[in-house]
Amino acid sequence: MKLFEEANTLQNKQVKANKAAEQKVPAGLWIACPKCGYEIFHEDVGLFHECPQCFYGFRIKARERLTWLVDSFEELDSQLDTDDPLNFPGYQTKLTAAKQKTELNDSILTGIATISGQKCALAIMDPYFIMGSLGKITGEKLTRLFEKATKLSLPVIVFTASGGARMQEGINSLMQMVKVSNAVAAHSAKGLLYISVLTDPTTGGVTASFAMQGDLILAEPHAMIGFAGKRVIEQTIHQKIPDDLQSAETVLKNGFVDAIVKRHEQKKYLARLLKFHQGGGKTDVTE
Amino acid sequence: MSQNKTAAQIVAAARSEQKITTPELITNLFTDFFELHGDRVSADDAAIVGGLAYFEGRQVTVVATDKGKTPKQRVAKHFGSPEPAGYRKVLRLAKQAEKFGRPLLAFVNTAGAYPGRTAEERGQGEAIARCLLELGQIKVPFITIIFGEAGSGGALAMACGDRVYMLENSMYTVLSPEGFASILWKDSKRADEAAEVMQLTPTALLKQGAIEGVIAEDADHTKTLAAIRAVLRRELANLENEPLAELMAKRYERFRKF
Ligand SMILES: [Zn+2]
Repeated sequence: MKLFEEANTLQNKQVKANKAAEQKVPAGLWIACPKCGYEIFHEDVGLFHECPQCFYGFRIKARERLTWLVDSFEELDSQLDTDDPLNFPGYQTKLTAAKQKTELNDSILTGIATISGQKCALAIMDPYFIMGSLGKITGEKLTRLFEKATKLSLPVIVFTASGGARMQEGINSLMQMVKVSNAVAAHSAKGLLYISVLTDPTTGGVTASFAMQGDLILAEPHAMIGFAGKRVIEQTIHQKIPDDLQSAETVLKNGFVDAIVKRHEQKKYLARLLKFHQGGGKTDVTE
Repeated sequence: MSQNKTAAQIVAAARSEQKITTPELITNLFTDFFELHGDRVSADDAAIVGGLAYFEGRQVTVVATDKGKTPKQRVAKHFGSPEPAGYRKVLRLAKQAEKFGRPLLAFVNTAGAYPGRTAEERGQGEAIARCLLELGQIKVPFITIIFGEAGSGGALAMACGDRVYMLENSMYTVLSPEGFASILWKDSKRADEAAEVMQLTPTALLKQGAIEGVIAEDADHTKTLAAIRAVLRRELANLENEPLAELMAKRYERFRKF
């Protein structure tokens, strides 16, 4: 007896299903916002690549996000390379293409940044690197960032964007979820601040680990945030589910996100939060 | 032994109706099992059985996924796939174990976390994330036995401790072989082929350092139970002798190496 198709216990599917959201804004063309349908001329998405009507943030490369987010950025661990632990057919070719497309060594960019004068450890996932999937190097870079931030008493900000596990790395991908979580726990135990910012899409193993472990969890408008894929859910319960079940707005209403912040307001917003927690570590009660 | 079986045969054996069940494990490995219900937030998830028990005279906390036996049980238990309330029950019982200084023993046989509408609404991702963050830090020995399927984050949430052992006919995967085949080759019927590529067998996982050992399985369940009992006895003795700082440092290293 099968209550749901095991064939579909995969999170990546929902990301593929949302083809419209995967389209980059092509130069010199009109594009419809995948969330509200508003027709936008490419120049009008502006620096922030957001819909002028509903403020959905288009999927952007990690390096593009830096352009408006930070004053300075010192990149870390850009030379690490996965050892292809399963010796997986075709994986090397896929990696090479992803590296060229994103100018990254894996699906996350990490470094030490200043945001309006506030120093922090910053990680940005790239949805264009094998769908932002969680690989060994993704997990390693993020773990090293948390470990460094713990040592230097720095707050951490992580922008998530992921289709879930990196299936080409098998169990190694799964182990990253615990590896990173343990580093988050050590950082937290020192009383340091961790802010996660969930962008479109944040799903699967990333939702089920560091995305949902922030002291403060922010999200971009209309970002898809969930664990299981839409199709998997529908095949399991034999019912249609509403389109907005996994929208940032619904997830906030259900109690799992602190605030939704439009992309063009994020720098100011994050700077204020960093300032509020200034000094890192636990507040000295004797003051 | 499993060395003679193909990965596809192990997948079939892991899902077999002849597989040892959660009630069998609990009744035979422990005495005086007190079942405890509920997550103290919203519900009691029948896919997770948990409670207090004696293992060879010492107090332990037991948590287990349960696929159920009858069709009615299987519906209620979502065939062993926990809802958020299940993971929250596990975490609640684990914290209680920590308070009273009891080891935590987890038994896992699940295709994965339940992918339902209410599971999403009640924060399946958050429930697993919290297990990884907090269950991974409990300051008591934490041993997991995988005795059938262990699918993805939904299994990992109960396998983030000091030791993980697998029965000979069990599997531990990032996604199902069927899902893997349909993504990779757009053909879920090539699941057997996928099983080979995925390195999901206990032997392959031991080689990768993801588990500490493989437990021999027998058609005669009393022999399988004796083998599990021997592993638990040995590992509890090992872990209880370790100073807490060392236990926690080794646990960190257990995952840090990946
Ligand atoms: Zn829009």
